[in-house]
Amino acid sequence: MKDKNLIQLPFALRLSSYFFLVFWCLVAAFPIFWISVMSVKLPIDAFNSSPLNVIFGPETLNQNKGLSFIDITLGLSIILFTAKLSTGWLVRMVSRYSPDGYQWFGWVIGAMTFGLSFIIIFFGIMPSALSLLNDISGPLGNNILGFSTEHYATVWFEKGFIKNFQNSLMVTTGVVTISLTFGTLAGYGLARSGSNLAFWILIIALVFRALPHSVLVTGYLPFFMNSAEILRPIFGDAAPTLYGMPWATIAVLVAINQPFTIWMLRSFFQSIPSELDEAARVDGCSHFQAFRRVIMPVMWPGVITTGLFSFLLAYNDFLVTSLLLEAQNTTMVPAIAGMFNMETTTTDQVIAVAAAVSIIAPLFFLVMFFQRQIVSGLTAGAVKG
Amino acid sequence: MNQKTFFAFIGPSVLMMVLFIALPLATVLKQSFYINQPIYETLEVETCTPTFTGQVCSVDLKTVPVIGENGKVLKKNEFVGLLNYQNVIEYPRVIAAFADKSWRQFMTIDFWKALRFTLSFTLITLPLVLLFGLLIALCINNAAKSIRGPVIFVSLLPMIITPVIGALSIRWLFIGDGILTSFLEWWFAKDIAMFAQAWTIEFMMMMYRVWHVAPFAAIVFYAGLQTVNQDTVESAIIDGANRWEKLRYVLLPHLMPLIVFVTLIHLMDSYRVFEEVVGFSSQAYVISLQWLTYDFLMVDQSGNRSISRASASAMLTMIGIVLLLIPVLKGVWRDYKDKRL
Repeated sequence: MKDKNLIQLPFALRLSSYFFLVFWCLVAAFPIFWISVMSVKLPIDAFNSSPLNVIFGPETLNQNKGLSFIDITLGLSIILFTAKLSTGWLVRMVSRYSPDGYQWFGWVIGAMTFGLSFIIIFFGIMPSALSLLNDISGPLGNNILGFSTEHYATVWFEKGFIKNFQNSLMVTTGVVTISLTFGTLAGYGLARSGSNLAFWILIIALVFRALPHSVLVTGYLPFFMNSAEILRPIFGDAAPTLYGMPWATIAVLVAINQPFTIWMLRSFFQSIPSELDEAARVDGCSHFQAFRRVIMPVMWPGVITTGLFSFLLAYNDFLVTSLLLEAQNTTMVPAIAGMFNMETTTTDQVIAVAAAVSIIAPLFFLVMFFQRQIVSGLTAGAVKG
Repeated sequence: MNQKTFFAFIGPSVLMMVLFIALPLATVLKQSFYINQPIYETLEVETCTPTFTGQVCSVDLKTVPVIGENGKVLKKNEFVGLLNYQNVIEYPRVIAAFADKSWRQFMTIDFWKALRFTLSFTLITLPLVLLFGLLIALCINNAAKSIRGPVIFVSLLPMIITPVIGALSIRWLFIGDGILTSFLEWWFAKDIAMFAQAWTIEFMMMMYRVWHVAPFAAIVFYAGLQTVNQDTVESAIIDGANRWEKLRYVLLPHLMPLIVFVTLIHLMDSYRVFEEVVGFSSQAYVISLQWLTYDFLMVDQSGNRSISRASASAMLTMIGIVLLLIPVLKGVWRDYKDKRL
């Protein structure tokens, strides 16, 4: 009787444990929830001191910008339906129709068509259909929740966030592909070699991982600004000024990311039994062929996880991109610094809030789709990005 | 795997790290002993102004930068020894502050202000992160299986969010009459301005960092709790251990390697605290070491970047992190030697 009591928690302890979890979830989600609510309200509502006014937005409603009961239910149900489809139907379709060995390609095509059709339906067709529905449905069609997308329009079209978004896309794609290519090779080499050299490389990589990024940028900056003159003896007149070049920034971020990437990939490679490559070697593969044809196909989970963390590093970076790219041509995160520094009116602030929400929205979906990979990456016993 | 294939595999990655990490470090080290500045020359300049009676001319000595052939200002790199470090540390002012026994005066010197904040930030957030992480992990572990997934999803959000945006989102809750400030004002029934003094800003920065990192600790610990040997737990219970003793003598020793791991990562990451200063715009009150270097690197009002001073402060920052890491590296080295023997 006594041990059963000890294994099963007493009621009071269980209750307080659940209470704490609820409290933690509120704390974790509240700031993110709140800025997304603020971003769709007019400034006078967004910075109102009464929380109910911020949520329902009476001033926003007064200007006839809002959502009716029908809008909310239909919108939510479309979102839920999409989420259901993407986790069930999409997975089945991709695995059925993509050719063998090109699964990743099928995923890229599938995800892109899926995302595109969602955007067309949700932002293209739905608003006009809803305004029709609202007109004919009487009291249910009246606006009850203040809602305005004007700040998003300002951020993306007037403030040129589209350009920053393209830069972010370019930088993150470059960083993820290059650091995974180099990282898998090095990670495999380090995992399969027990030499002293491999140990020292890992230790030095750990020290590099700890370096504050500003230390490194101090080294790049003078060189990048004058690189045209310094490199002239080698490249002649084609010598580029590296400052402000996205490619140079990508190279820098890849290098900064490399210590973490090789540690993580190494621990994933170590979990693959080395008998597998020995068998491939016996069958006549070279080391590289064994790596390419036998090991890589079973490494995809590890590669995806590491890729996610590389993506996060490149996407979230502020320091490197703000110092090495020109202010007019940065990625999204440094661009927002320019928005909240010059905030003078509350309108400017709400625009900055909308920009912030635009930046974190992709991350939200990332967590939704890749929760398991992120958790496995954190617990790989390796290192965090 | 022979030496040659090993080098072929690690080659690109090591090349990348040498080119973009080791080499810049070396140049930073070198630059921290040099000053790069324009060459000046003194010229006699005659300026004439017309008056009613004729011209009045005066000859002045002016210091102007030398212009090179291509129209650019010529610069020279001059060895100055430890001058850059002196400019960063400002030890005459330190001595003056100590002579006056004035902590406040000492804290007006940027470098020491930044060092004080960086160290206290690192050391205060560390136990909080470990404690909250452990608490969340234990609670998730106690919860029913069906709600664990959603709770982990929500917990991941603060961790994955862009640090600058995370700091901003907290700032918007408190700034001016932000929603939480008005709540606090209602609660304490007095006027509160969270951004008007250093300690409240510092407090918010630390709370933000705990909010940001605790999920990471929680998930690592939660994964560790899944691998606890149930037999050990049961035998501890049979031996009459109560709940606290079970935690103290069975679970915590099992989690110890993970606690060390989280500590190591947190030391590295919180020592380079930077995004908080940007997000909370706290530079007037609170700055960190990495922000100090960043500020030297930014273009100042006269259009220059103080690269040399940035190099010196970067080297000092690096010495700090190496000192923090030495105990950890010693442990790794000992483990490695034990394994070899």
